[in-house]
Amino acid sequence: MARREAPEINAGSMADIAFLLLIFFLVTTTMDVDSGIARKLPPYDEQQAPPPPVKKQNILQVLVNANDEILVNEDYMELRDLRLKAVQFIDNNYKGDCDYCQGSRDASMSENPEKHVISLQNDRGTTYEMYIAVQNELTAAYRELRNREARLRYGRNYDLLNDEDAKEIAKLYPLNISEAEPLKL
Amino acid sequence: MSKFKKKTGGKGPGISTASLPDIVFMLLFFFMVTTVMREVELKLENKKPRATEVKKLEKRSLVSYIYVGPPKQMYQAQFGKEPRVQLNDQFARLDDIQQFAIAEKEEKSESERPLMQFSIKADKGVRMGIVSDVKLELRKANALKINYSTEKGTPRPLE
Repeated sequence: MARREAPEINAGSMADIAFLLLIFFLVTTTMDVDSGIARKLPPYDEQQAPPPPVKKQNILQVLVNANDEILVNEDYMELRDLRLKAVQFIDNNYKGDCDYCQGSRDASMSENPEKHVISLQNDRGTTYEMYIAVQNELTAAYRELRNREARLRYGRNYDLLNDEDAKEIAKLYPLNISEAEPLKL
Repeated sequence: MSKFKKKTGGKGPGISTASLPDIVFMLLFFFMVTTVMREVELKLENKKPRATEVKKLEKRSLVSYIYVGPPKQMYQAQFGKEPRVQLNDQFARLDDIQQFAIAEKEEKSESERPLMQFSIKADKGVRMGIVSDVKLELRKANALKINYSTEKGTPRPLE
């Protein structure tokens, strides 16, 4: 028996099928990139050990109340002033043993960047949006200082450094934000 | 000169569409690879606050999400309007968070566990009370790396 040629399959509709699938994936795809403010929580301690003593001068106390008003070291402050205040506080260098600091060496602010603590406390009624905004401003203060130092040392912004250099800079301006339990209404 | 006279009225050769499927397939594969299926169905309002100091979340597989917000309209009859927590596909109580965090940790291999992150996706309108409670539960479960999910932009209180 003579071999018969297999009939050719018509591939004309392949494009249609592919289009169908393409449109399905086009519709279901979500291109949102997840981003946010990264933080590290302190480990849970049942006995609630008292915190190590810190000199009052080294603490920048930031309180946010239920009406989203900010109190910094017992003075009312607008959110837009918080960043500069934090920069001045961290970079103050009262003791004078921080050779890269450019602060004013004010007697009422931190001794050096290693010792400073920013104590953040909010109310249970504070809105999440305000809390994020405050966290954002504080993070921005650190970024400003780190960028300044990174540009001086490596000629680049902090984000663009390699891991090793970035660690070095982060050590110079460590992120010390301590969060107290929120106030009860 | 007639040698070069243009032929009038003659149709040019039709454009071949034989390569069309190839092009479409190329696009198809691109979208198939980049697409991320929505894993959970959101049952609550979730409008993120804006912030400028954001970090990208890398390695999606190592991120677990905790949603906080007021229930959507259709669930309000059942769950009320007060902000609630959603884990995976359902509403959860605060006590469930520890269990959830531990279960998520168990899923990952030993070497990946220190790199795990918990992303708190809270609605911008919620009060800090419930967010603090979520944070406390995470601390109890020893899940300490967290990320407050935000959009990029100037925070609204600053405007």
